[in-house]
Amino acid sequence: MKLHHAVFLASAALFAAACRQDMHDQPKHKPFTGSVLFKDHRSARPLVAGTVARGQLMEDEHLWTGKIDGKPAETFPAALAAHFGGGADWQARMLARGHDRFQIQCTPCHGSVGDGNGMIVQRGMKRPPSYHIDRLQKAPPGYFFDVITNGFGAMFDQRDRIQVEDRWAIVAYLRALQLSQNAQYADLSAEQRDELDHPKPRTEGQSHSTEHGR
Amino acid sequence: MAQVFPKSSNTLSKASIVVAGLVVAALGLATININRTTYVNTQSMPIDQVVQFTHTHHVGSLGIDCRFCHFSVEESSFAGIPPSKTCMGCHSVVWKDAPILEPVRESYRNDTSVEWTRVHDLPEFVYFNHSIHVNKGVGCESCHGRVDKMPLMMRENSLNMEWCLACHRAPEKFLRPKDKVFTMGWDPVKELGVSQEELGLKLKEENHVQSRTNCATCHR
Repeated sequence: MKLHHAVFLASAALFAAACRQDMHDQPKHKPFTGSVLFKDHRSARPLVAGTVARGQLMEDEHLWTGKIDGKPAETFPAALAAHFGGGADWQARMLARGHDRFQIQCTPCHGSVGDGNGMIVQRGMKRPPSYHIDRLQKAPPGYFFDVITNGFGAMFDQRDRIQVEDRWAIVAYLRALQLSQNAQYADLSAEQRDELDHPKPRTEGQSHSTEHGR
Repeated sequence: MAQVFPKSSNTLSKASIVVAGLVVAALGLATININRTTYVNTQSMPIDQVVQFTHTHHVGSLGIDCRFCHFSVEESSFAGIPPSKTCMGCHSVVWKDAPILEPVRESYRNDTSVEWTRVHDLPEFVYFNHSIHVNKGVGCESCHGRVDKMPLMMRENSLNMEWCLACHRAPEKFLRPKDKVFTMGWDPVKELGVSQEELGLKLKEENHVQSRTNCATCHR
């Protein structure tokens, strides 16, 4: 065997070792993998018209549209209790979930207290109305649900990314925000009034611990 | 007639057997190691995309939560890629005429897909699930690196099996509190004053995290 044969064989072995990808790239589709089979290059096919997925029957008008007989609902749907685990404290769990989802999905535009001064607004987006104006203070929960689901003004609908129960949880948290941002001195407990009247000086440790969240 | 082979060829022929063995072994080693280089597995190389999306800006400067776009990461095996509508939420107003964003606008107009290239492309015989990792306290950063500092998305880690196993053998080295999973640059020593090992062992116990090294965990 001449030297150049050996070199050729060795490099062929190296290439072959690097090129066998049959098992790595199988003819199967992971989520959103492209496909040459369909005209639109999507392996994820649109549902055939009239298909109803499990749990997507949407019979409950109140839950799915935020409306009762075509008018924005004044109440939260009864189905939420079961979704958030029932028991005495399901509403607290719903509020916590709403807080969480609000922070993720809403704060970029609406700001973390809902005054419409989110980061994106500072970068040139139109400022959304504050939740604390009179009109929105008086708007029923179903109205907010409808806006999240179908969009309003410059805001696109968010229904693809926020599940229906989470949308209601966000509405509940939004109500809590409205309450907190418009709280009166008289609404506070004796303990809270005392804290407000006699604020404790901040120690270094405390000021550090408040900087954790974004 | 003189002999064709001198006496020294006896030694040479014996030695050549050993040398041939060594050459084969060296080639084998070289193959394995070349395949592990970042050059071959494209680790740390930004991957060409139709839109030069920057995580540095969206995550780092704007502070948008991972889940704003990767919305299914907590419930699904797949983290989720948002519909073009999500991009248009801002980019119908901000940078609305930027040529760089034309593929997004086109996708929105015509209801077609923006054809992204998968950056973390696991072999198809690996069944990875985002939700279990995220819900047990593995931070995004542990696998994806400081995404908030990646102008163009690249693979921080090799995704080699040994890399997966490093954590599957000893999850305590990487676990974080569940509410810090989506935080970038989180450090247990700085934030809580405890070492990763101490915190990890505690979280492992609390959240019932088990070491999973059975083949069938990932290969089904």
